[in-house]
Amino acid sequence: MELTIGPNQFFWQADIWREFNRNMAADAPVDRMVLGELVCSKRLPFYQNHIPEAVEQVQASGKAVSLTSLALVTLKRERNLTADLGEMGIEVEINDLTALAHIPKGAAFSVGPLVNVYNEGTLAWLAKKGATRVCLPPELPLGSVASLAKAGADLGMIIEVWGYGRLPLAISGRCYHARLHNRTKDNCQFVCGEDVDGLLVDTLDDQPIFAMNGVQTLSSTCANAALQIDILRDAGVTALRLSPHSGNFLAVCQGFRDLLDGRIDAVGLNAALLSEAPGGAFSDGFLTGKTGADWSGAA
Amino acid sequence: MMELVCPAGTPAALRAAVDAGAHAVYCGFADETNARNFPGLNFERDEMAESVAYAHQGGAKVLVAINTFPRAGAEEIWHRALADAESAGCDAVILADVGLLAHAAEHHPGLRRHLSVQAAAANPDIINYYASEFDVKRVVLPRILTVAEIAAINREIDVETEAFVFGGLCVMAEGRCSLSSYITGKSPNMNGVCSPASHVVYAEEGSDLVARLGGQMVHRVAKDDPVPYPTLCKGCFSAGDQTGHVFEDAVSLDASELIPALAKAGVSALKIEGRQRSRSYVAEVVRNFRAAVEAVEAGLPVPAGTLGALAEGQAATSGAYQKKWR
Amino acid sequence: MTQGPVHFPVFNPMLSRAVGLLPMMPLTLALSALARRISVRHPRILRRLAGSIDKRFAIDPTDLPFVLLMDFPGGTPRITVQRNADGADCRIAGTLSALLGLVHGSCDGDALFFSRDLVIEGDTSATLALRNAIDDAELDLSEEVASLTPPLAGLIGQFAAICERRTGLSLQRAKGGM
Repeated sequence: MELTIGPNQFFWQADIWREFNRNMAADAPVDRMVLGELVCSKRLPFYQNHIPEAVEQVQASGKAVSLTSLALVTLKRERNLTADLGEMGIEVEINDLTALAHIPKGAAFSVGPLVNVYNEGTLAWLAKKGATRVCLPPELPLGSVASLAKAGADLGMIIEVWGYGRLPLAISGRCYHARLHNRTKDNCQFVCGEDVDGLLVDTLDDQPIFAMNGVQTLSSTCANAALQIDILRDAGVTALRLSPHSGNFLAVCQGFRDLLDGRIDAVGLNAALLSEAPGGAFSDGFLTGKTGADWSGAA
Repeated sequence: MMELVCPAGTPAALRAAVDAGAHAVYCGFADETNARNFPGLNFERDEMAESVAYAHQGGAKVLVAINTFPRAGAEEIWHRALADAESAGCDAVILADVGLLAHAAEHHPGLRRHLSVQAAAANPDIINYYASEFDVKRVVLPRILTVAEIAAINREIDVETEAFVFGGLCVMAEGRCSLSSYITGKSPNMNGVCSPASHVVYAEEGSDLVARLGGQMVHRVAKDDPVPYPTLCKGCFSAGDQTGHVFEDAVSLDASELIPALAKAGVSALKIEGRQRSRSYVAEVVRNFRAAVEAVEAGLPVPAGTLGALAEGQAATSGAYQKKWR
Repeated sequence: MTQGPVHFPVFNPMLSRAVGLLPMMPLTLALSALARRISVRHPRILRRLAGSIDKRFAIDPTDLPFVLLMDFPGGTPRITVQRNADGADCRIAGTLSALLGLVHGSCDGDALFFSRDLVIEGDTSATLALRNAIDDAELDLSEEVASLTPPLAGLIGQFAAICERRTGLSLQRAKGGM
């Protein structure tokens, strides 16, 4: 099974962003990295000049690289960014179908978890358009994952699922970070940058429920498919996505590599990763649980 | 005149809407193929055929929403819904899933296709792409755009646009939200429900009334205060050092005063949310909006709003149509 | 529906006591017969309730001293008049006029709920199914009562007549301007 480092969902300072990608490119035992801005186009000017360098580093390390589209394209500036993406000569991971309108005919592309791929018909249509790889939406239950993995194999596609990291649950036109600070989106002063793994949202009786990340809403828990690896492999899933967080992310990558190669077991991996997991709790409920927030491991 | 597209959760509500002046009514089959798959709601096959006949007799169109995302391994259920909508004589289907759009374009080429709000097509590039790929004739716009953005979109596209003017308000891009399934296991995309009633518990705790969804506290109000339905994105939570409605207040959309601006922005049809509401609600809202649309057509101001008591939490917002909402 | 704030008449306490003195057993039989008759004349109610047919619904007119417990043994409706909501999966409580407004489609359940004129407890899903099934049926209780056989119709008619006289509430559905 391959490992992919997904696009960073958070707003990190440019030097931290550079260092993270340099380290992952050099040392992370993964097959592929997805770079670029997924969540908010306003963040991009802060680090976009460093993207070419990061692409080179990833390529030099022998890993595959893709550039993500924005998750939600509305403004003229965002449409232009999306159009430019199709012309950069690097594989695009579309996370909004808008990007599809700009990908040169015949060019191969991949599909990220924020595109609604729920069934074989959609998968086949995307394959016909040139998709070679799909990271499925995190909310899919195992039954759907298995059906799509089978259909994907028949179409010659790689089917990836969400393996680790806070789950992207929703995207909006409204910025919740700005709203929380009584600012408008246009005058957000980039306050989402203060929360490098998102800001926890609690219920009135102090139970963590979500995390906000600018215009994005994430799970409070850190999704972790370690305990589901065998059933995912049996279902025909061929890649796993690890979503960047602060802290020792290299250990996350190494841990999943070791798990896939049989050097450690899932229980051991979970024990090693829990202390640094954002939100301090794991979930894997979308696959086999009653709710997305459920966790199949020991509480 | 702008087309008034009105909700119907039952045949009785459809008749009420047609009688109250709806130009078109949208509804769905009683199963997971539509995004209001609520208990006791929606149309069996025989009811759909009867209702289409009633609407047509009254000069109204029927648009059938098949706007969830077909389940892998079970697409046949959605394909059958398409075929049955066509044979019931409906005027258009409202679809969100690209696989289903492709199937409809191939197997039901004569069946008019609208793009559901659940596809959240939010810019001219993607709208034009849907139009060219699937011959979509109308796009229901997501509730995250300003009037100015809608006007800009309409300048760059050839298909019709439909905009929500009243009722429930999604603050997230529609069709791209899993908050509900994260907490309850049931989602709009897969099951046609959001924050479903089956997972709601109201309970008195001390001097408060508490509304929980899937065990999570979403609202706590004093016993005699209005209690909103525990929809996750409109819950009262805390984040940082603040407590409140961190995503959206418990309000619903009322853009009636923006009808002239929407008309000027090139919007063809106005949509009223609320297939889960009663026939009396539908009748009253439709009557008011028909009067408003006729006033605007005649160059008169929109009659002052009288719909406050029908709104969720009894407060209304003009939502994203005004930029400060963001 | 009237515009602006809606005020629901509260059942006169004197009358409430008088109704409370009515014998429970005959009322139970008569209301069950009425419910059965309605379900036969409007078969789509049961079709809409299919997912909740195993539930017990407490319909609680808060200005009357009893609760109507409705269930569906063998798929047939039965109404038991009792003092409280014991044994129910869900409870729908409001003034008699608000509850009748729901049945007759002159009120919107969500709006009543938002304004706290209607309180629901327990199985929200079953409550919704019942609300939607009744809303679709376009019932007129006076017509339904009239369709019963004379002794039963007589008993319910008597009950209804007291209500109408004392509160101005009509069991007949308003036509036209809902």
